[in-house]
Amino acid sequence: MLNPISLAFKKAKQENRAALLTYTVAGDSSKKQSLDILNSISENADILELGVPHNTPVADGSQIQTSAYRAIRNGIKMNDIFKIVKEFKKSNKNKPIILMGYFNMIFQYGENKFLNKCNSTGVNGLIVVDLPWPENKNFAKKCKKKSIYFIQLLSPTTTKQRLKKIIRDSHPMNYFISMLSTTGGKLKVSPNDILKNYTKIKKIDPKKEIVIGFGITEKTIGKLKSADGLVVGSAICKEISKSLKDRQNPVTNVSKLVKKLKSKIL
Amino acid sequence: MKIKKKIPLIDQASKLGFWGGKFGGNYVPETLKKPIEDLEILFNKLKNDKRFIAERDKYFKNWVGTPTRFIKLKNLTNHVGGAQIWSKVVSDANGGAHKIYNATVHCLLAKRSGKKFIIGDTGAGYAGKMLSMAAKKFGLKCKIFMGAKDIARQQPNVKAMKKNGAEVIPVYSGSQTLVDAVSECMRFWVANCDTTAMCVGSTVGPAVFVRICGWSTSQISRELKVQLIDEFGSIPKKLKLYNCVGGGSSSFGFWNEFMDYDKKQCEFIGVEAGGPARSKKHAAPLTYGSKIGILHGAAQYVNQDLEGQIEETESISAGLDYPGISPLHCFLKDTRRARYTAASDEDALSAYKTVTKFEKLRPSLEPSHAFSVAIKESKKLSKDTIVVVNSCGDAYKDREILKKRLGKKYVEPN
Repeated sequence: MLNPISLAFKKAKQENRAALLTYTVAGDSSKKQSLDILNSISENADILELGVPHNTPVADGSQIQTSAYRAIRNGIKMNDIFKIVKEFKKSNKNKPIILMGYFNMIFQYGENKFLNKCNSTGVNGLIVVDLPWPENKNFAKKCKKKSIYFIQLLSPTTTKQRLKKIIRDSHPMNYFISMLSTTGGKLKVSPNDILKNYTKIKKIDPKKEIVIGFGITEKTIGKLKSADGLVVGSAICKEISKSLKDRQNPVTNVSKLVKKLKSKIL
Repeated sequence: MKIKKKIPLIDQASKLGFWGGKFGGNYVPETLKKPIEDLEILFNKLKNDKRFIAERDKYFKNWVGTPTRFIKLKNLTNHVGGAQIWSKVVSDANGGAHKIYNATVHCLLAKRSGKKFIIGDTGAGYAGKMLSMAAKKFGLKCKIFMGAKDIARQQPNVKAMKKNGAEVIPVYSGSQTLVDAVSECMRFWVANCDTTAMCVGSTVGPAVFVRICGWSTSQISRELKVQLIDEFGSIPKKLKLYNCVGGGSSSFGFWNEFMDYDKKQCEFIGVEAGGPARSKKHAAPLTYGSKIGILHGAAQYVNQDLEGQIEETESISAGLDYPGISPLHCFLKDTRRARYTAASDEDALSAYKTVTKFEKLRPSLEPSHAFSVAIKESKKLSKDTIVVVNSCGDAYKDREILKKRLGKKYVEPN
């Protein structure tokens, strides 16, 4: 059976649009609430990235850091995250879930044990921010054996030669970081320039799905909609923080935001 | 796992940057791969370039001030009544600590690569102060990331940084100490690596930073080797080198030139920060058997919980208050070339009192940890044993803490 991630891209292509990927932090602001958020946004999002919070994140901006620290404070553990995935999959069997985090969490859990658990709970893909190519070669192979996509990150600083090598080794989906920034930075490059870079990458192997992330908001998403997929993370985390501050329901607010994001790429 | 002879330890890492097959590496976001590779190419070329070495030595000699003194602590030796206690007074260096070596080299590298901005992290404020001095000297714009808690407790160094024209950026995340400052600095570099050079303040971080820092601070042991031979005619038969260990830059530099000697002749003793005697928190991952994990781009022994979250540390000395430890020291520990132990906050304060009572030397709280263990062990050692303690920082920065903990009479006017 095809990985649900590939199915999601296929479905979006049939509808002639980019896939919408969301990122929320597992356990933000509570275990139950993060599950509720996943359930409610799954109607409009094609692929759900679930962040594994870490307390020394070297690539995350302030919005995601805030969410991650909140989740850790509320006691989220790796096994809780797997429980959330399992629970979610009970009612959303084919909605793809990608776990995204830092390698130390996997290293401490044990690579094999972690992948077995991913497999049994229904995780479809992994993004490991600080495990770049070629360091990730072995781990990516292990993922493949479990039918889990290991998603390679590509950046504006990645040289052409390196891009080719990474893409050659990559699984069907890759993630292009739009600009030099931590997550959630203000978009400092024009969407046109981002798409130019995207097209260069796409040409290397047109069969591989390339999603664009970092700095994408309600305002900018429309201009990038020709990509295979677009990831919105910090803007959602910010919405959760804002809802909590205003004593509103984060589930409804995030759900509305995702619906709006979807409408911009139709 | 074995140390190779005749090859500098910094060059014993594998192609992917691992010492002993498992310490170090480059666990970094993709965006940093290219700038790190560029820096590696530049450093590998320049570290063997005679002109570059001459340039480094010129600045070390005329600006940093080499050699720093190597002195016998006669009164302390008499008081302790065992081994001869000596000190390498690295705090003589311009700025008052060993951090100047790494800062100078990073600025020289930044100039060579055409960068106009340089950023750095700091705990005790020394790495930041020295980077701000070097940046000023070499005409680079400088930003220093520092935990808000450290800003409060190390004001003299904060003032010095600002005076040198650096922007001090307070970091409020996590424990608001060095670990968070390093994270924030790396995050800033992720977003600005096209225009900005990064200086990691110790022998930590992605492999190339470990190597650059170790290469820079090795100046300490190069000097010491000459000074020992001048003093004793040859390297003493029983030599013990005591050094505090936080990230591990001063200790590595203090030991590097003696790496190939048998440890029976030349023993290395690293003293980590044990934290307050009554607290379970500490900054001593090697002494207390912390598990291997990944922090700031490198695999190392690190204080962490079972899940892999990095644990908060506690130490009176901001410079040692770091949950991880250089991959070089992990390697030295596992190959048993160096021995590691810890001193508590109270031990360090007590050693500071003893040293300042008998000698005209004011070690900061970091080397006071090393003095504590050196004094204790010297009692039991023979008179022909040469104990050398690296006094790698000056206590001026600690005056507020010393005043509070020991009373006014322990703080000299400055």
